[in-house]
Amino acid sequence: MLYAILCYHQEDVVQSWSKEKHDQTMANLAKVTDKLMKQRRLGPVARLLPTTAAATLRKDQEPPLVIDGPFAETKEQLLGFFIVDCQSLDAAIETSRELARANMGGSYEIRPVAQLDAGVLPP
Amino acid sequence: MTPLAWVDAALTTARPQAIGALLRYFRDLDTAEEAFQDACLRALKTWPQQGPPRDPAAWLIMVGRNVALDSMRRRAKQVALPDEQTLSDTDDAETATVERLDDSHYRDDILRLLFICCHPDVPVVQQIALALRIVCGLSVAQIARAFLVGPSAMEQRITRAKARIAKTAVPFEAPGAAERAERLAAVAAMIYLLFNEGYSARGSEAGSRAPLAGEAIRLIRLLLRLFPAEPEIMGLAALMLLQEARAGSRFDPEGEIVLLEDQDRNRWDKAGIAEGLALIDKAMRHKRPGPYQVQAAIAALHARAATPQDTDWTQIDLLYANLERLQPSAIVTLNRAVAVNKVRGPNDALAMVEPLNERLAGYFYFHGLRGALLEQLGRHDDARESFARAIALANTPAEAAHIRHHLDRLSASPRPAVGTEK
Repeated sequence: MLYAILCYHQEDVVQSWSKEKHDQTMANLAKVTDKLMKQRRLGPVARLLPTTAAATLRKDQEPPLVIDGPFAETKEQLLGFFIVDCQSLDAAIETSRELARANMGGSYEIRPVAQLDAGVLPP
Repeated sequence: MTPLAWVDAALTTARPQAIGALLRYFRDLDTAEEAFQDACLRALKTWPQQGPPRDPAAWLIMVGRNVALDSMRRRAKQVALPDEQTLSDTDDAETATVERLDDSHYRDDILRLLFICCHPDVPVVQQIALALRIVCGLSVAQIARAFLVGPSAMEQRITRAKARIAKTAVPFEAPGAAERAERLAAVAAMIYLLFNEGYSARGSEAGSRAPLAGEAIRLIRLLLRLFPAEPEIMGLAALMLLQEARAGSRFDPEGEIVLLEDQDRNRWDKAGIAEGLALIDKAMRHKRPGPYQVQAAIAALHARAATPQDTDWTQIDLLYANLERLQPSAIVTLNRAVAVNKVRGPNDALAMVEPLNERLAGYFYFHGLRGALLEQLGRHDDARESFARAIALANTPAEAAHIRHHLDRLSASPRPAVGTEK
C-alpha cells in the first residue's frame, strides 16, 4: 500500500531556523530517505514553498474566484510530503517515526494513496 | 532539536504578536518589552517540563500581562506577588485569551509595533536598530556588531530612539483603511532599508551584516502573512528574495565584485528564486503596479535568464521606463541606461547618462557606468578620467578593485568593456 506522509509544521517557526539547523535537518531527513530508496520503497517527495506563495481557486462560484494565500488559515501548514510504500499502517507509522526523529516538531498526516500516476516530469 | 532550542524558536516566532498585544494593553513600549521578557523567563522554566502551550503567543501575552499588572499593583499597594504556581496555571485563561485574539486585532498589533519603529523623527539607522531590537529580538550586542559600532554606543542610540517615540502619541485605535495603507508603506520601506543594510554591505563586512538581510526577509514574510493580498508587499518580498538568492555569487573568494553577467548562475539559490517568481506572478495579477513590483519584475527577468545572453533587455528597458514614471529618480535613469546600452548601444545610453552629471557627481556607479560606456565608444582618455573618479568614490575595496580592472584593461588593450554591477 502506498502512503502519503504529509508534513505539517508552523511555517514561521521553520523559517526562523538558523541555516545550520536547517541544513542539519535536511541531512537527517536524507539519511532516512536514502534508506527508503535502498529498500525501493520511496516514491515522489515534494517540498512546498511557503503558503505566502500560494494562490487558491475557489470553485464554488462561476467564474471561480482566485484569492491570494493558502486554502485554509491553519496554525500548522502543509509544507511537503513523501510517498512511501508500506506493508501496513503500522509500517507507515514506523517510517513516520523515523522521519519525525530526523525533523522534530509539527505533525505528519499518514494518508493512504488511492491512485498514483507517474506523470511525465523528470525528478 | 534540544528542548531549549524549540522553546527558543517558539519565543522568537511569537515575539512580534506578543509584544504587539502587550503594547496595546499597556500603551508603553518599555512596559510591553519587560512584560514579554518576564513571560519568556517563565516559559523557559515551565515549557520544557509541561510541553509547549497550544498557542504560545496567547500564553506569553496572558502571562506577560498578569506579571506586569501584578508588579504595578505591588508597586501601588506594596503587597506580595502571588506564588509561581498561580501564575503558571494559565490553561483556562489561555483559551479565553485565544478567543479574544481575533485575527484583525493581532494584525494591527504587529503593524503598529513595526510602525512605531518607523517614526519620522527617528533617523533611519535608529529605526532599523529599534525594529531589530524590539520586533526581531536581536540583542544590543548583535545589532552593534551588524552596524560596526560598540555595544554601549548602540545601547545609547536605541534608548534615544525609544525616548523620542515615547514623547509622541502612538495611535492605538484600530486604523482606518487609508491609515493602514500608509502604515504598511512606511513599514515596507523600513524593511527594505534593513534588507539593504545587510545586502549591500557584503564583501569585507560579510559575516557581521548578513543576518540583517535574513531578518528583513523574516519580517516581510510576516507582513505578507498578515496582508496576503497586497501586491506591493508581494512585490517587495519577491524583490528581496530574488536579490538574496544571488547574494552568494556577488563576490568572489577574494571579496571582489562579480558582475551579474559573470556570476555562476548554478550557484543562485533555486528555492529563493522560485519563491520570488511565484510572488511576483501573484502580484502582477492584481494589475496595481507599484515601484516594488516593477523592481521585482526586473529582478525576475534576470533570474529567469539561463545565461546572460538570454536576458530580455528590451523588457527590462520598458520596466525601467515604468519605474521612472512611478518613482522618478536619477538612480533609476542610470540603471535604465544599462538596459538601453544593451538594446540600443552606448551612444543612446551615454546620452541618457550625461544629463545626470549634476545630481550623481558624487555617486560611484555613475562614474563607473559612464567610464564603461566611454570605453565602449573608444573614448579611452575620457573613460580613464571617469574611472579615476569612480575609484575615488568607491565605498568598498571590492568596488575600487573592480574599477581598477577596467583601468588595467584600458592600458593593456583597447577591447570593449562590459556593463556595471547592478
